[in-house]
Amino acid sequence: MTVLAISEHRRGELRDVSFELLTAGREVADALDTDLHVAVIGGDVAEHAEELNHEGVDVIHTVPAGEEFNHGVYTQVIDSLATDLDPRVLLMPNSVNGLDYAPAVANGLSLPLVTDVIGFDASDAVSATREMYASKVETTIEIDADRFCMTIRPNEWAKAEGAGDAEIREHEIEIDESRVRSTVTGFEEVGGGDVDISDADVLVSVGRGIEEEENIELIEELADALGATLSSSRPIVDAGWLPKNRQVGQSGKVVTPDVYLAIGISGAVQHVAGMKGADTIIAINTDPNAPIYDLADYGIVDDLFEVVPELTAQFS
Amino acid sequence: MKILVTVKEVAEAADDFELPDGALDIDERYLEYDLNEWDEYGVEEGVQIAEENEDTEVVSVTIGPERSEETIRMALAKGVDRAIRIWDDALEDVAFLDVEARARILAAVVAEEDPDLVLTGVQANDDGFGATGIALADRIDFEWAAVVNHLDLDVEGGLAHVHRELEGGVEELTDVELPAVLSIQTGINEPRYASLRGIRQAQSKEIVPYELADLDLDADVTDSPLSLTSMYEPETESSATVFEGSPEEEADQLGELLGEMGVVEG
Ligand SMILES: Cc1cc2nc3c(=O)[nH]c(=O)nc-3n(C[C@H](O)[C@H](O)[C@H](O)COP(=O)(O)OP(=O)(O)OC[C@H]3O[C@@H](n4cnc5c(N)ncnc54)[C@H](O)[C@@H]3O)c2cc1C
Ligand SMILES: Nc1ncnc2c1ncn2[C@@H]1O[C@H](COP(=O)(O)O)[C@@H](O)[C@H]1O
Repeated sequence: MTVLAISEHRRGELRDVSFELLTAGREVADALDTDLHVAVIGGDVAEHAEELNHEGVDVIHTVPAGEEFNHGVYTQVIDSLATDLDPRVLLMPNSVNGLDYAPAVANGLSLPLVTDVIGFDASDAVSATREMYASKVETTIEIDADRFCMTIRPNEWAKAEGAGDAEIREHEIEIDESRVRSTVTGFEEVGGGDVDISDADVLVSVGRGIEEEENIELIEELADALGATLSSSRPIVDAGWLPKNRQVGQSGKVVTPDVYLAIGISGAVQHVAGMKGADTIIAINTDPNAPIYDLADYGIVDDLFEVVPELTAQFS
Repeated sequence: MKILVTVKEVAEAADDFELPDGALDIDERYLEYDLNEWDEYGVEEGVQIAEENEDTEVVSVTIGPERSEETIRMALAKGVDRAIRIWDDALEDVAFLDVEARARILAAVVAEEDPDLVLTGVQANDDGFGATGIALADRIDFEWAAVVNHLDLDVEGGLAHVHRELEGGVEELTDVELPAVLSIQTGINEPRYASLRGIRQAQSKEIVPYELADLDLDADVTDSPLSLTSMYEPETESSATVFEGSPEEEADQLGELLGEMGVVEG
């Protein structure tokens, strides 16, 4: 019986979530009184195995399988490892690539799947915690199964640190190429351009609470008055109201300004991934339950259309 | 060509919702329903493909109660040709429809409709599993791609050239063999507003109601080892200093703080 965690790498580097998976994996393994195994699939497996050799990991499996992630390869490798090891829990990252293979793995192995897990408990019944309704509530999902799959939310567990002494097992797994039906042809960097919001000391950031394109001006005026840089959440960029290089978050930029002023932004997990490192976070949001207030140092629970002009006026 | 677009009516919780102890869901009076944001982009993508390719039919499918018809009709008003809605007493009774059950039901619709392409959203904004599309793909043995923010269809070559939006401003360029399931990311297109003419036309378009038996499914399709056993408001981790008063007073206090922090001279 094991917990088997699948690490993630991209373009030669292990991603942070791989180290978070070790911590989460150890927690789950302890709760179920079992071992923690980790798999490295593709890339420089030997080097990655060494990097993942942290305290709490019992065994690391390495499977050479091309340079980059391909879900046709991953599903076959995990299928084979799972058949071999019969893990009690298959733990995968709730990353973009995790979303691209975990549901297929679960389906292929006929295992229940709980995604975007933020907590785990086995003291009574086995259960996972996940959010619903745009992070406004948490739910407990009881898992009545001997084997199951979970994907864990990035940035939720700390990265594993202490040095480990895991056993390393090398595997050769033959891939049925006829079942690899998509081909990665390249990568593209997006969101370049004249402004680099990750350089700014002060960011004034606007979200969907602004309602209309012409209202963005209101926030622009505040940014100008403060000598700050304008950034935004994703819907503003999706709507074409601001260019992609202004987007803060998981698929935009990671920013670490001295001050981050979030105006009409709810604080969805993918947004927070890009700004949680700001020194001082200030929120203006009508909803006192908005998740942005979990992070904020200061807040104004009021209508941005009333507060922002007043604020701008003070500095003009 | 036939394109199946999965759509879900999702609920959003009002700012002042209350959740009594022991409740397993937010009471309806605090919920507002709308078409899932990600599915809006899926619908638009499907309709655009149909506009660019002759003889292409776009069919939307939802698993949802009668209430959701109004929402589904919006997709019809935007150019979807017809809609399927699956509901059943057996579904009425489940508090928690897991990914596998959804995929099973949708797979039965795929068996019936035989589409060349299935478009789903990346995630549903209420329970957000982010998993239904890819679970479906594996079940029906279609190829797939998750989190697609650019799609270029080569129907003759049997390929979808897609961009998958990875983290950190990087996109993966991938060629996906058809038939395929693609989970569509927001921003891939600009969803249109329904025209008055579209809204009128939608009134006469068909929303076919199916029960599970119509799809050769038993009620046990909803059986799951997963169950939702509690829902609660998370303990607030907030340590924010909240400025109070009139908007002017609030702004004054924040202005003062920004001044003290040296953000601006003033
Ligand atoms: C794979 C993936 C990647 C993603 N990447 C990103 C990313 O990089 N960046 C990102 O931001 N999002 C990203 N998202 C989207 C994310 O899930 C949210 O949908 C998004 O962040 C919501 O933006 P928002 O806060 O502006 O809008 P909403 O969540 O709609 O919030 C609007 C807020 O405005 C408040 N409000 C409304 N009116 C007023 C008013 N008059 N005064 C004050 N407040 C008001 C509301 O209370 C609400 O809290 C991603 C999603 C996925 C699935
Ligand atoms: N009840 C449903 N009916 C139809 N489609 C659904 C349903 N639930 C999920 N989907 C589709 O699957 C996508 C991802 O949902 P989820 O996996 O729940 O986050 C949604 O954007 C929909 O396109």
